[in-house]
Order: sequence, then C-alpha cells, then structure tokens
Amino acid sequence: MDRGQAYGRGVVRVQNRRRFLGAVGSIAAAGGLSGCGNTVGQAFTGAAGPSSLLNFWHPFTGGDGAQLVKMQSAYRKRHRATDLKSTTMVWGAPYYTKLTLATLGHRPPQVAITHMSRLPTLAASGLLHAVSDSEADAHGLTEDRFQKAALDRARHDGRLYALPLDTHPFVLYYHKDVAKKAGLLEDGKLTDLDGPDKFLDAMRAAKEATGVWGGSIATVKDPAMCWRLWWSLYRQLGADLVTDGGRRVIMDMGAAEEALAYIRRMTAEKLIPANANPNGGAITLLTTGKAGFLMDGEWQLLAVQGALKDKFDIRTFPRIFDDGPYACAADSHAFVLPTAPSPEAQRTDRALDFVRSMLDASYDWTKGGHIPAWQPTADSGEYKRLEPQAHYADAADGAAYDPAAWYSGADSNLHRRFGEVVATVFRGEISPGRAASRMHSAVTDLAKTEAPV
Amino acid sequence: MSATTTTTAPAARPAAEPAPRHTTGSGRWTASGMLLPFGAFYVVFLLGPLVYTGIAGFFNGSLVKGGLGSWVGLENYRQALGSADFWSSLGHTIWFTVLTTVPLILIALALALMTDRVSRGKWFFRLAFFAPFMLPSSVISLLFMWIYADEIGLAGSVAKLLGVDAPPSWLGDPNWAMISIAAATVWWTVGFNFVIYLAALQEIPREVHEAAAIDGAGPWQRLRLVVVPMLGRATTLVAVLQLVASLKVFDQIYMMTNGGPDDVTRPSLLYVYQTGFTDGRAGYASTVALLLFVIILLISLVWFALIRRTEKEA
Repeated sequence: MDRGQAYGRGVVRVQNRRRFLGAVGSIAAAGGLSGCGNTVGQAFTGAAGPSSLLNFWHPFTGGDGAQLVKMQSAYRKRHRATDLKSTTMVWGAPYYTKLTLATLGHRPPQVAITHMSRLPTLAASGLLHAVSDSEADAHGLTEDRFQKAALDRARHDGRLYALPLDTHPFVLYYHKDVAKKAGLLEDGKLTDLDGPDKFLDAMRAAKEATGVWGGSIATVKDPAMCWRLWWSLYRQLGADLVTDGGRRVIMDMGAAEEALAYIRRMTAEKLIPANANPNGGAITLLTTGKAGFLMDGEWQLLAVQGALKDKFDIRTFPRIFDDGPYACAADSHAFVLPTAPSPEAQRTDRALDFVRSMLDASYDWTKGGHIPAWQPTADSGEYKRLEPQAHYADAADGAAYDPAAWYSGADSNLHRRFGEVVATVFRGEISPGRAASRMHSAVTDLAKTEAPV
Repeated sequence: MSATTTTTAPAARPAAEPAPRHTTGSGRWTASGMLLPFGAFYVVFLLGPLVYTGIAGFFNGSLVKGGLGSWVGLENYRQALGSADFWSSLGHTIWFTVLTTVPLILIALALALMTDRVSRGKWFFRLAFFAPFMLPSSVISLLFMWIYADEIGLAGSVAKLLGVDAPPSWLGDPNWAMISIAAATVWWTVGFNFVIYLAALQEIPREVHEAAAIDGAGPWQRLRLVVVPMLGRATTLVAVLQLVASLKVFDQIYMMTNGGPDDVTRPSLLYVYQTGFTDGRAGYASTVALLLFVIILLISLVWFALIRRTEKEA
C-alpha cells in the first residue's frame, strides 16, 4: 500500500517533470523562432534585428564617455523611432579585433568609432562601407564642413570611408604659477618657445622655479607617448618613414638621429625625469608643481583640469625644427560604417543621420579636449571662447598622422617598437645613432613581413 | 579519458545486486550519455581549437580576413624559429619562471613551517598569507603599478627610508622590471603553495616527531631529515603546478608593463598576443602558440621526471 502510493506519486512526479520539460522546450523553441529581435536570437540567425535598431560601438570611457552619453541622449530625444544601442568597449588592439571579427562574422554594428590611423588596414581589408557622395550630401556631410587634414586621411584609394569627429594632437601643458615664477609669461601669455634651445631654456627656467624638474612626459609603459614626441620632431625635420602602404622604407637616418639626440638632451641636461609613469608620474609632476611643463595628449585635459582648475594652460607643441612644415603627432576619432551583409542590415541612411547628429553636438565633445573636425562647431563663437581648448585649435592643421601601413596606428606594433627605442634613449642606454639604426631595422622588419591585409 | 570512466562505471555497481542482464547495456549507455556533455565541451573548446591551431599554422591566415588564408607550408615555422623575438620572449618566460618558482616553493615552505608552529591564532596567519591569492590579476597589477610608480610610489619611498638615495625605476629600468613583476607575483600567489604545504605538514603524525626526538635528533635535524623528506609529495605537486603556471604568465605582465621596457619583460604568450591580435597575423601566431605548447609540455615532462626521481631517492 505504502509502496504503491509512493510509486504512484513517483509516476505523477515524472509526468509533471516531463510536462515541465516539454513546456520549457516549447518556450525555448518559440523564443528561438521569434528570437530574431533579441541579441541571442541574432547570434544564431545572423539577422540584423528590427529596422529601428541602430548599433553603435565605441571605445570611450572616462571623461570622453561622459560627453558621449550627453551627445547620445540629445540624439535619442530627437529620434524617438530609433532604438540606439551604444556599446562601450575597452580601447586598444582588442577593440579592433572585436570590430574586425564582428564584421567578418556578418554581425557588425551599423556605426563604429575608429582611430583614423587604423583606417588604412580596415578599409584595405574591405571591412568598411564606402560612403558615396550622394549618401554624404543627403545628410549635409559635405567636404567643406570637415577639417581638411582629417578628411584627407578619411579617404582610401579615392573613396570616403570615414567621417572624422575630431583631431587629438600631442600638445604642451604648462603650469601658470611655475611659468610666472620662471619669468616665462608676458602679459599672461607664454613666451616664444620655438627653436631647439629656446624650449630647453624654458624648461631650465621652470626647473629652477620648481626646484625638481622642468618638464615631464610619460616614458614608462607608454611607448605611444614616446613615439608621439619622436614623430613630432622627426616630421618637423621634414622626414618621412614609409611609402607604398608600408612596404617601402624611406627613413631619413640623419633626421631620426637628430630628433633622438634632441630627446636625449632633455634627460641628459636633467630637465625631465627619464622614468615617469603615464598617470601616476608624468601628470602628477605637473599638477603638484614639481614640473612646469607636460608633454602629453590633449585628452588629459580633464585629468589636469580636475587637479589644477585654471592654473594651467595648453599650447601647441613648440616648433623645435623648421626644416619641414609645422608638425605635431596627432590622430582622429572617426565614424565608420562596417560592411553589413545586406542593405537592410547596413542602414546607411539611419547611420549617417546619427553621425550627422553627433557631429552637430560635437561642441560637447570638445570639452574633453579634442579639436572638432566639424567646421560649424570649430567656427562657432562658443568654441572659440572655450579655454584652454581654443588655445591649441591650430594644431589640427599641423596634425602629423601615422604613416599609412598595416603595422602603424593606435596601439600598434610600430608605436611599441619605436617608443621602446625612444625610452632607451631617454634613459641614456644607447646613443642616438644606434637608436636610429635600431628603429631602421625594426621598421624594415615590419615592412618585409607579409601584410595581413 | 572518457573510455576509462565508462569501463569503471559498471564495475562500481555492487556485485551482490541481482542486476538483470539487459540493463547492463543501457547502463553503459547511461554512463556515456552522461559523459557526452563534457565530452562535447572538451572536443569543441579544447581539442577542436588545438587541431585548428595546428592547421592554421600552415597558412598565412589574417585576422582581418575570413578563412584560413593561403597555404605557406613550413614558412611560419621557419620564420618563428629564425626570429630573435621568438627566442628572446621564450628566454623571458623561462627567466620569469626561475624568478618565481624557486621563491614560491621556498617561501611557501618557510611560511607553512612557521604557521604550523603557532599554537594560537593560526587562522589569522592562514588567512593573511592566503588572502592575496584570492585577488584577481587586474587588482594586483593596479596595486603594484602604484607601489612601483616612479617618484611617488611606495616601493621607492621605502627604499629611500632604507638609505637608498636613488631607487631604481622598478618597472622602467630593464634590469629591474622583471624582478619587480616576479616579486609582485610571489606576494600574490604564495598563498596557494602555502596552503598545500600546511595541509601536508598537518598530515605528519606526532609520533614521528617524538620518535626522532627520542633518537636524539635536534630541531634542525628533525626539520631537515624528517619533515622536509616527508613533504616530498607536496613538493612534487607544488613544483609541477608552479612551473606550469609560471610558464603561462601573461595577465600581470600585460597590465603592468605590456612587455616593456624595451621588450625585456615580454613573455612568449604576449608575443603570441601581439603578433596575433595587434598585428592580425593569425596564421603565424598559431604557429608560435603551437610551438609554445610543445615547449611547455616538454619542459613540464622533464621537470616532472626530475622531481619524481629526487622524491624517490629521498
């Protein structure tokens, strides 16, 4: 009797379980069939989701991320019908890996941010949708409304692949109190720093004022920053590195050595520390008044502003050499439309509408320090009055982008290899001449390697 | 692997139970069926990629293009074995392994011996020494990047207190960078070996100590001739696990120096990462990854054989 009852209950339980599993199964199946709308469904079917969806990928965190959120909410307010899905990813090589693989796997976002220096590789690999003149014109994205140097870089083989958002150059920060004490201010403005000796003399005066260092630059674990300094000087000497898409090396050894020798003078004359960490060291030296100058990207503006309020200013990186046109290492953020498997998934119209809206809101973007590529913003009175941003807006015209090659660009092996060599020169471990030949063999090595594009 | 488990499963059934003949067959299927999910997982995520890596190594595949690329035969192997970067990164991996494995065994043993002697509040030491091991690698890296920071870091200040006028740039000086990372790693992971040693120490019966003491062995003799040899099995385990873990180093180096300064801290895995993901040369990176796999396997086997032999001799 007892056993029978127990047995009976067991049967009931089994039946319930089967029914339950069956129900779960049918729900899952129904979800799978109707699941094109959700992300999981898309992963299986490869569908692009409802046509109101606009996927946007970008690597902006911190201050830039906060400004971007503002710009996006302005877009959302005016485009209720669009479901903007913005995805933030960690900046660097992994970001480009994800973007590339998603595009190859036919599930790209409709719009993404790229560094202009990474564009040649992406465009040459056929991963980007070329924006036709008629598509651009339809949204008012005409040539004359973009900063020229940035737009020139947005083309590949004569076709437009990117819409630049900004230019972000390598600049010179200075501490106003230190500069005043060092007698470097005239009517509240920094004296002329152009020329190899004038700049070092200014740092020497700053060093006397701080009693510690004259200037600083991140040299530890920041090969990109070292690259920017060297590239600025090297380009000011009128030299170039590679041509033919990176396959042919045209490095000017004399210029490379001269730039490196100048870099060595900074540490040999004890004007800047040979070892400074990116965030903890180099910036803190400026903000604590232990250094008068900081050579860094303008994107540190918010970090410095947070510590120094209005006691600092920024100017373009000085013109040390005048053998070539003025140059300062720079890059641009730009919007690209990764190639989608179908026009429905591409949504060019909706994507370009979004880009236009972001460009119109790019005054917000300049608060993070970037120079706007959108000329209506750059020419606006409010940007021209924005301090200290307006003080280095000219840098966009002298922007020295990375040479076009598969191994160059943001977070690339060229930055790493060259930057490491510059750091060894800072530390005085090798002579500028030997460093230049190490650079030469590094770039020759890369040029010889079969390109992955 | 699945074969052994399948055959032992029916044997585990008590022989006395009168099991009808026909259910043995279905029992066999049950065992294999239950192993299937893991087996499938193993094939899809471990064996599959390994085979794919092996195949991809013969092609010049690219990360920015679909497919395997075109056949290049042994060109990738020729290039890898002839590349100074490949050998130097392997050298750095081995240097890191030496720098970490030795102290991680000795310090763990010393800490375990001392903790074992504490009569009160042993839990505190167990917790204190093991706690760092629970932190993720990113936390450790951030922590030590601040500690090692030039001009403002704790390590520099302590060195100055100890009378060093110009402390080195811990992560910026090529002579110090690897040592600094190794020191951080030792602090981070010593807890794991420590716990294994402590457990092994507690396994040693009191009588052995007493017998040795009665035979007239002093404290050092007891430690050297009785305790340490009895920890042989634990030492084998710790040494092998540690060697493999150190050869696979990546996270903390990627975050703390990214291989710099001047590539002196770039381990093999970072080299694979840089060629594969930064340069996008998937085929070549596959070759290097496979070479590295074989090298780690060989080193581990030799090391295991050596340790086993000394254990037997002891």
